[in-house]
Amino acid sequence: MNGIALIIAAALAFGLCALAVLLWALSSGQYDDPDGDAARILLDDPEAR
Amino acid sequence: MVALILSSPDMADDLSRYLRPREGGGRQFEIAVKGAHCANCLAKIEAGVKGIAGVGDARLNLSSGKLTVSWSGDSVSPHAILRRVRDLGYDAQPFEAEAVLDAGAREGRLLLRCLAVSGFATVFIMGLTDSIWYSSDMTAVTRRLFFWLAGAVAIPATLYAGQPFFRSAWAVLAKGRTNMDVPISLALLLSLGLSVYQSASGAAHTYFDAASMLTFLLLIGRYLDFRLRDRAQGAARHLLALQSLLARRFRPDGALETVSARDLAPGDHVLVASGERVPVDGVIEEGDSDIDVSLVTGESLPHRAGRGARLEAGSVIIGPAVTLRVTARVENSLVADLARLLESGQQTRSLYVSLADRAARAYVPFVTILSALVWLGWTLSGAAAATAITNAIAVLIITCPCALGLAVPAVQIAATGRLFRRGVFVKSGNALERLAEADTAIFDKTGTLTLGAPVLANKADIPPGTLERAARLARASHHPLARALAVAAGDGPAAREVQEVAGAGLECRNDAVERLGSAVFVGATGGHGSELWFRSGAAPPVRFAFQDQIRSETRATLAAMAARGIAIEMLTGDRQDAAAELARDAGIAVWSADVTPQAKAARLMQLNAAGHKTLMVGDGINDAAALALAHVAIAPGSAADVSQLAADIVLRGGGLDGVVEALDVARKARRLAVQNFIVAALYNVAAIPLAALGLVTPLIAAAAMAGSSLLVTLNALRLTIGTGR
Repeated sequence: MNGIALIIAAALAFGLCALAVLLWALSSGQYDDPDGDAARILLDDPEAR
Repeated sequence: MVALILSSPDMADDLSRYLRPREGGGRQFEIAVKGAHCANCLAKIEAGVKGIAGVGDARLNLSSGKLTVSWSGDSVSPHAILRRVRDLGYDAQPFEAEAVLDAGAREGRLLLRCLAVSGFATVFIMGLTDSIWYSSDMTAVTRRLFFWLAGAVAIPATLYAGQPFFRSAWAVLAKGRTNMDVPISLALLLSLGLSVYQSASGAAHTYFDAASMLTFLLLIGRYLDFRLRDRAQGAARHLLALQSLLARRFRPDGALETVSARDLAPGDHVLVASGERVPVDGVIEEGDSDIDVSLVTGESLPHRAGRGARLEAGSVIIGPAVTLRVTARVENSLVADLARLLESGQQTRSLYVSLADRAARAYVPFVTILSALVWLGWTLSGAAAATAITNAIAVLIITCPCALGLAVPAVQIAATGRLFRRGVFVKSGNALERLAEADTAIFDKTGTLTLGAPVLANKADIPPGTLERAARLARASHHPLARALAVAAGDGPAAREVQEVAGAGLECRNDAVERLGSAVFVGATGGHGSELWFRSGAAPPVRFAFQDQIRSETRATLAAMAARGIAIEMLTGDRQDAAAELARDAGIAVWSADVTPQAKAARLMQLNAAGHKTLMVGDGINDAAALALAHVAIAPGSAADVSQLAADIVLRGGGLDGVVEALDVARKARRLAVQNFIVAALYNVAAIPLAALGLVTPLIAAAAMAGSSLLVTLNALRLTIGTGR
């Protein structure tokens, strides 16, 4: 019984972490320009200065 | 028609009102960039702007076409940025500060957030309930614990993630109507309530999993629908930003200042330079120039205008600069009149009831009455009140239009995606539904069926070397015929010190006097039609004849549409003889020439009143009203801004190639949407008796929901098969 409680608590914690990360990514604008992000991956990195 | 370069502001312009303070000090400048579609454009623009001394950061949002440039201090001139982007070959206009507020982006973020929350809840609760369904030796205590855990996640998650449905349901209920969101909200809330009751009373099943899964699947459909609408509105917002034209006004002391065209008042004097578009209606006060009115009236030849001539907003000055006395405010100018017409056209169009809404109107009363009957049946047969209510709610849950919510958006996304790859840009979701219904197509001539630009017709008759010598002069001018001559000659040097004589032609005095222009200007006897004459010194004058040419795909497009049962008609503002020739050439039986914009609109209204479903294809400002009035409208990508705004579908390439493809995809999409409704309905019909008899377990409910949603989505994906990509 203790095992189940532990596992459920862990599952809930992991799930909430993932959710929190996704919500953070959303609010920090990472989903604002899907077309641009798809294009940017094709560009070379700017030369290190 | 050739895309127009909007009036470009000068060094002396005051753009400071477009600047906004940047977080953490410095300034921020937002520009609407038109024409950037790929990684190369993005790299070119960002690198180009960052190359300006002092610029801190430049970032182009490819999805919305908005370039944000920021810098610290006052070191950077916004003009330098605009000029740099234009020099790179893209149309650029400063964004109006108030237009930046972006309600669409906020709605999208909320939907994604809801989607994330309900996705998390669905997966977590499935883990709990699956173990209940598949374990035979679980004690009642453990099961109850699992139910309460599921409830603790499902209730807040569903209440949060269900917001879009609750709000929309409340909004229509307040107006005394219903939509799909009403049974959805009812099913969500009732299943949560029922499950709390069942957990408390120690029942064997709860519907917590159904509530969160329903929310999740429905939100997918809702998000797809949003993406579609947002892309369409983004295009419209973009055009509006581009329409915030600038004008150069004379101050009382004679100096020039740059103001927004919106701030011009009647009596103001503005300068319109060669190649610029007239910002508002006005009268020429000073200067003598050639005016291209093809976008305003559809007339293909430019005409000459001098002091006292009236110019309408949207005309383009192709000769020397003129000074204009403003006679109407922007909101009273011709273009604004068209914009208002366009708005009213769009309002009538918004009365169109989409397929999904029609289904909802039939569906909502049906399921509500059905579940009431189930409750009545169980009560009359003497069952306990709890059983009767449970079974009535089970009917509501099982009939919840989950697959119906996906049926149309999934098809529309697949259809618009396929068309987008073919260069056909669909601006609104139900445009394809309306296109599928079209039975009469009305085409504009100049720029739609024809190239809209004159092409040199008698190249073979011209003595060798003359073409190149004439082209040297022609390259120095904006005049459409001179441009056509330059195009026919190919790249090469332009003559220096060319004088442009308004209404006459071009003159260059080097070794010999060389003149290119009208017959009178070079001392020849004029022929007829569009022509240019060239004379070098005392040599005999040479005639260049020009003709607007039919597009290579016009005949095939018209034939294909006729084969699909669509009646074809041509309305043009051009002359009788030009229209007759093209109609004969393209095989059009029904046509009228010399048609004013008002008459075009009237003809559309007449056809609509006669019950025809009209498809209007046109590109000029003179077509905008007709485009807005048509049941569905298509504009080539080369069309005037206002026409692109009025159209439901814009072809990205200049030609007509996409029209037939769009028609085929639209018809196929309608078939698939109807199939999807039938599939979803069949699932529900099969499940209703089970629910009414109290035999539905949450497992069956989940299987029915996921199964029908999957089937509907796969059916929609059939649209993308066979596109060769």
